[in-house]
Amino acid sequence: MTVQEVGAAPPGTGAATDADLEARFDALIAADDRVEPRDWMPDAYRATLIRQIAQHAHSEIIGMQPEGNWLTRAPALRRKAILLAKVQDEAGHGLYLYAAAETLGVERAALLDALHTGKQRYSSIFNYPTLTWADVGAIGWLVDGAAIVNQIPLTRCSYGPYARAMVRVCKEESFHQRQGYELLYALANGTPEQRTMAQDAVDRWWWPSLMMFGPPDSNSAHTPRSAAWKIKRHTNDELRQRFVDITAPQADVLGITLPDPLLSWNPETKHYDFGPIDWSEFEAVLAGDGPCNRQRISRRVAAHEDGAWVRAAAAAYAEKHRAGKNSGVEQHSAQQTHSDSTKGAAA
Amino acid sequence: MSETAATGSPVWEVFVRPRRGLSHQHVGSVHADDAEVALRRARDLYTRRGEGVSIWVVPGAAISASSPDEKDPYFAPAGDKTYRHPTFYRLPEGVRNL
Repeated sequence: MTVQEVGAAPPGTGAATDADLEARFDALIAADDRVEPRDWMPDAYRATLIRQIAQHAHSEIIGMQPEGNWLTRAPALRRKAILLAKVQDEAGHGLYLYAAAETLGVERAALLDALHTGKQRYSSIFNYPTLTWADVGAIGWLVDGAAIVNQIPLTRCSYGPYARAMVRVCKEESFHQRQGYELLYALANGTPEQRTMAQDAVDRWWWPSLMMFGPPDSNSAHTPRSAAWKIKRHTNDELRQRFVDITAPQADVLGITLPDPLLSWNPETKHYDFGPIDWSEFEAVLAGDGPCNRQRISRRVAAHEDGAWVRAAAAAYAEKHRAGKNSGVEQHSAQQTHSDSTKGAAA
Repeated sequence: MSETAATGSPVWEVFVRPRRGLSHQHVGSVHADDAEVALRRARDLYTRRGEGVSIWVVPGAAISASSPDEKDPYFAPAGDKTYRHPTFYRLPEGVRNL
């Protein structure tokens, strides 16, 4: 929120010392209360949130590309309408998240800059290509399924605007996952070629989906502090295990095999055991050497640059309109009446 | 409020009335150069599933807010006036509908 404060000294000055402010912040976190935009917060808390929310927003925006790849080739009008709605949702999720990040005092333009120049990252899952139509199903089922497991605890994140954005996102993700599952189910029960295509897509997306939860707890740079601040409610490994437990039985219903010979139900732990993850692949994709890293960013930058004239035109139009209003030009009176009645309705 | 080409169009805070009979609630923000575009973007972003029957957009810079960080809390005057609540009052046994 870009709101103005009335009659208050800036945080950190006046009567309240930094220690007072920090104690109040700590008490808020301890009470499981929410931190709101105008609250004092430690610089590192703010920086952590900006990094995480921006990365999350970037992931949604970049995530439009692999699926957008199939919009013009969807096999039926129904599937095309669904995919269009889903890709539009991903844009929406990105925008909810950018709006939440902006409440922490960063500019939208600066965040986009950081994405375009590689200063901030997006989820490495979107650096994999969508080779067949079945990939659209695998993304919905596995990638969005993993995202849901990650995001549900974030609806209780200590930072209010992020938590509220996550509530909206989670409601919408559930449609994403179901459409993917339904798509795969149709293929899995189709012709032998369709079955093979579905299995192949799952074979390629399964391991990258497990990597979406981030490095193992033994090697996670951000987990302990984020947990103390209640930004993060569960560790990477806990969430990964939850995802495997939820997903393995769903694969059985599909009649699709998950590509892990070590995957099996463990009656003692009451969880699924699964094989080791190839973290060298994760590191390589993160470092920029995934199949589509350069393509994703160059496409994103091109879209941004191609839109520059639209943004300039909108700004010029608004400026001209304001100038006309201020000089009281006769031809604008109809517009003024309109905006006055809008105000009346709002009051 | 930032309006230069370098920082992009200004922020508008968005308020949605979920249905008739309820008041508008803050749901988030959009960027736009004027109110008309802000309304359209707010519709596309915050009401894709029929979440609202009416939208307000307000320039972020036009909102004034109390500060949560004042040492003497802005809302303290309400704190010691418990007699403003009906639960403050003891009622005699047997009295009804009061």
